[in-house]
Amino acid sequence: MTPLRLNLLLAVILTLVSAIALFAGSGGAGPAALIAPDDELGSLVLRELRLPRVLLGILVGAGLGAAGAALQGFFRNPLADPGIVGVSASAGLGAVICLYFGLSSLFALALPVAGVIGAAFGVLALFAIAGRGASATTLILAGVAVNATAGAVTALLMNLAPNPWALAEIAYWLMGSLGDASWTEVGFAAPVILTGLIVLVPLARGLDALGLGEETARSLGIGLGRLKLAVVLGTALAVGGGVAVAGAIGFVGLVVPHVLRPLVAWRAGALILPSALGGAVLIILADLATRLLSGPGIPLYLGVLTALIGAPFFLWLVRHTQRRAP
Amino acid sequence: MTRLVLDAISYQPGREALFDDVSLSFEGHGLVALVGPNGAGKSSLLRLLAGLVEPAHGRVAHDGHALADLADRDRAQAVAYLPPDGRAAWPIEVRRLVALGRIPHLKPLRSLTDADRAAVDEALAKTEVAHLADRRFDTLSSGEQARVLLARTLCVGAGIILLDEPTAALDVRHQLGVLDILAAEAAQGALVIVSLHALELAARRADRVVVLDHGRVRADGTPDSALRPEVLSGIFGVHAPDGLEVGGLRLAGPAS
Repeated sequence: MTPLRLNLLLAVILTLVSAIALFAGSGGAGPAALIAPDDELGSLVLRELRLPRVLLGILVGAGLGAAGAALQGFFRNPLADPGIVGVSASAGLGAVICLYFGLSSLFALALPVAGVIGAAFGVLALFAIAGRGASATTLILAGVAVNATAGAVTALLMNLAPNPWALAEIAYWLMGSLGDASWTEVGFAAPVILTGLIVLVPLARGLDALGLGEETARSLGIGLGRLKLAVVLGTALAVGGGVAVAGAIGFVGLVVPHVLRPLVAWRAGALILPSALGGAVLIILADLATRLLSGPGIPLYLGVLTALIGAPFFLWLVRHTQRRAP
Repeated sequence: MTRLVLDAISYQPGREALFDDVSLSFEGHGLVALVGPNGAGKSSLLRLLAGLVEPAHGRVAHDGHALADLADRDRAQAVAYLPPDGRAAWPIEVRRLVALGRIPHLKPLRSLTDADRAAVDEALAKTEVAHLADRRFDTLSSGEQARVLLARTLCVGAGIILLDEPTAALDVRHQLGVLDILAAEAAQGALVIVSLHALELAARRADRVVVLDHGRVRADGTPDSALRPEVLSGIFGVHAPDGLEVGGLRLAGPAS
């Protein structure tokens, strides 16, 4: 399958699952409400709750999928995922700092900006500890260190939370959910995540060349310094923007590139765009599942569901990778 | 005419200085063999010539211009480089791997042109791996992998081809095959500079041999003059009573 055909196929699947997510469930309205809006309750649910929720899911999933593919290409390692290597946790820490000190009341964009800055610190710390071409073990250990640091500071802030409500707000937010999605969240996240995608997608050629090692890539005219900067910036925007509005949703960037990689004949560069589309599909499906599985009053959180599915997959992938490349 | 010059360079890759005020000049086409014991500086010299590292003092010049002043893309079109123990991180198809050599010629966000595809086919044919074009790289033997990586290097179409031990880890037949391919490239007008451990291969196939030891050029010239008995015994601790070119192995048939 050519990458173009794969992208078209994934775009069609994304359109279908988005339509299902839009119209499935109770209290919504039919497609007619989108074309001829009225003030019926069903129509309002569709326009003000479902539509922003689906759009936010697409954005968050696309950011996580593309960031996973870019990190895996750059580190030449299938285990690099924004969640596992601590980028999501760092973005989460940035957002928690913002929530804790109430910065979002100072200026509207504070939350996504804090998420992006946190994510950028996470990627930079990862680079500093693991470096390029690090072994799978070193990369995962570096990820553990970044995760642990971000988690410790987040725990400290929760520890110091002034009241149980603030604590609960942070805790629920960390579990990851699209439940609070409104047009405001979409407005915050869209420019940030889309900019991240625009930075990441053209890195294809550099990541392809990097598959043959750093020296070969440089001899082919790839500037590694610029490539590294673009990976940091693109990942921080694509992950940070999503985590800031939807919390930590793990394993999307791990599972999606891994499933799609054989379909692009293992080309690291050709994987970025399909992973963005595939990530969006996965988030929409997972979010639909949480909506349908949630009992009344007890919402199932999206991040909890992706972690329940993703963690066993991660274990399997670790064993599989070690068998193939000891 | 191609001209690659090291002009009074000093370079320190690690804690100790390796090159101190070394000058070397390569002109025209031909196959140049870099030989020397481990740690002599062969790899560092090739990296300097490829523009991958910069000397502390002096300069590396390509056709009169400092290599460091060239744009990455121009340098990549002029100088191809094959690192030692090259491998691929992902199990991609051979044709796609070889096509990565065309990256310096590609326009931003464009795919391969017909000229690029022709260059890929030519490189596959030269290295006799055309029959492997649709195979995955990880399913090949190490001899086949080495020739595919060589094809990737030739595919760049550069006038200067630098190779760091392309015959390491190859059996004797594949070593001879690789040297034949390089000699053919040199005969067609490329300047091929290759580091080798096999002295008899260097003696038999190279147009010029440069002997390095501890960062110094100990001998430089035709194989006969550079690999003379006192160099062999003084630097390598070996001797060749019948001469390096007599005897030894030859290819019986085409390498597979």
